[in-house]
Amino acid sequence: MAATPLLELRGIDKSFGPVQVLHDVGLSVYPGEVTALVGDNGAGKSTLVKCVSGIYTIDAGTVTFDGNQVAVHSPRDASALGIEVVYQDLALCDNLDIVQNMFLGREKVRGLVLDEPTMEQMAGDTLASLSVRTVKSLRQLVASLSGGQRQTVAIAKAVLWNSRVVILDEPTAALGVAQTAQVLELVRRLADNGLGVVLISHNMNDVFAVSDRVAALYLGRTAAQVRTSDVTHSQIVELITSGRSGNLGLPPEKPSDLNGGVLDITPGGPQ
Amino acid sequence: MSTTTTTTAGGVRVVKPTVASHLHDYWGRVRGGDLGSLPAVLGLIVLSLIFGVARETFFSPLNFANLFNQSAQVVFIAMGLVFVLLLGEIDLSAGFASGVCGAVMAILLTNHGWDWYTAIPVALATGLVIGFTLGFLVAKVGIPSFVVTLAAFLAFQGILLVLLSGGKNISIRDPFVLALANKNMSVVVSWVLAIAAVAGYAALQIARIRGRAKRGLVTDPMGIVLARIVALAVILFSAVAVLTAERSINPLISGSVKGVPIVAPIIAVFLIFWTFVLGRTTYGRHVYAVGGNTEAARRAGIPVDRVRISVFVICSFMAAVGGIIAASRANSVDPNSGGSNVLLYAVGAAVIGGTSLFGGKGRVLDAVIGGAVIAVIDNGMGLMGYSAGTKFVVTGLILLLAASVDALSRRRAAATGTR
Repeated sequence: MAATPLLELRGIDKSFGPVQVLHDVGLSVYPGEVTALVGDNGAGKSTLVKCVSGIYTIDAGTVTFDGNQVAVHSPRDASALGIEVVYQDLALCDNLDIVQNMFLGREKVRGLVLDEPTMEQMAGDTLASLSVRTVKSLRQLVASLSGGQRQTVAIAKAVLWNSRVVILDEPTAALGVAQTAQVLELVRRLADNGLGVVLISHNMNDVFAVSDRVAALYLGRTAAQVRTSDVTHSQIVELITSGRSGNLGLPPEKPSDLNGGVLDITPGGPQ
Repeated sequence: MSTTTTTTAGGVRVVKPTVASHLHDYWGRVRGGDLGSLPAVLGLIVLSLIFGVARETFFSPLNFANLFNQSAQVVFIAMGLVFVLLLGEIDLSAGFASGVCGAVMAILLTNHGWDWYTAIPVALATGLVIGFTLGFLVAKVGIPSFVVTLAAFLAFQGILLVLLSGGKNISIRDPFVLALANKNMSVVVSWVLAIAAVAGYAALQIARIRGRAKRGLVTDPMGIVLARIVALAVILFSAVAVLTAERSINPLISGSVKGVPIVAPIIAVFLIFWTFVLGRTTYGRHVYAVGGNTEAARRAGIPVDRVRISVFVICSFMAAVGGIIAASRANSVDPNSGGSNVLLYAVGAAVIGGTSLFGGKGRVLDAVIGGAVIAVIDNGMGLMGYSAGTKFVVTGLILLLAASVDALSRRRAAATGTR
């Protein structure tokens, strides 16, 4: 498979005031592969995604995109690089149709007037490239779509701009069985089209169904990033819950790691 | 019913609509709770028939022409309110804002001897300043629009009193301003404008279909497009035919009165302009987006605060236009200009026309259709001799009815998944 990662994060630190949320986090996203990002609640998955997408700025560490070190200060920077995030709430406007949603904030214009035919054509091309054949009309209001179709529109919106990396935040969390299968198929197709895909998920079945690599976060640290075929279901669960599994993952915590950062409360200890 | 399948250029297969399937889809949307202006149009027809049967003067050309001048102020304010309502906000001060702007114009014209071409722009600019102030307080300071505009409602009432030095009536003698809401266009000009409007609409529609078909995109069926053009032609031409008839009761003594009221093309110009802005420009798209899902709009990089300020600017600007027309119609400005029922009639017009109070749904045309309903009620009940009190009660009830339709259709839409 591809040897050089498309997007590589190294040594990312992020604090909110006194609370350090990310410690020395690394993540590599390869083109044509799905990288699952897993971790328990509060492990720092969302924070990491927001750092990549420019909503938060990082305190330390490097972001390398396509071999060049880049600085992402705003969502616009991320979009300019070709990094798109599909958030869990999808961020679609119910009162607008599919085409209008896909071009929201980046409408094509001719002079002063919206160039609807061009937008409709581009939207159609994008949906076709994702093999979406389930919408009745591109001018259907998003309100009338099913959960899976909305997810599809949100993903199509993300890939419309020749994006290189697409980050999906729990795309299947609210979907039924059939729709989950459809969306996972779509996720796989994105990677097969050569994009780097990051899939955030709590669902181990989804992770094993589509991902090529798994990156596990544990309490703001990267526990491991491994090929999915090299690990078992239970190893991933151990990585998520305790940060290590056998010889994988973070080293056991040694008292010296704590650097005196804790108060000794053993009875009779130093005052 | 022959439904042939077609493909858009991209290859997503969609069903090519026929006239039958188009009507079927429309009926499906209505049943799903997306009523649009349908209740208002039906209401307009029913009310007109009731009043027409009860009082034959209701259908006289004179009364028909009166409807335009009577409803103009409310329609202009309602057009602006549509923008504010699209964002789910409200502007309760629009009525008195129109009074203040009308008073500014009247004072400049009468007390300072300005010309109409300087006084009217200053009045319109006053509207822009008022709107910017309101919008700034709502978007940047973060006060709910209900409170900001309720405070402004009281304040503008006071400003109007102060401007009129404690309640004097300022009369207007400028012939241009007086003509706006009191004079008619000549018969020839009336017909030329009506024919130009229909021809322009037809050309636009057909050019649009041609352009889309050339790119292999789905188009509305030709039958529906023709029906729209014919409907517009029938409505416009019959209205012009009625309005170009002699309306003067005794033309030899009081002079001939015929032609379309000048205010009608002014309404049409604003209707076309704002419809274009909402439907065909990036700005309009952003207004709908902010009204539909503010957070999604913000993430899409839309300057939400600026959009929010802008709708208040548009609303107060349109209130200024309404104030100028109202001053023209009344030949004067008094402390009650823009007060009393004006604001509620305007909100009622927008909501009755089909603009949602919950944001995200509405068109400028709603203001005109709803304004017509309000004008017909007000005018018809006046002809039947009901008191102002009864008229207020009935109009209030109809506003409540329209708001109920809005709320219930929204619930139904949520249940059927079309919204």
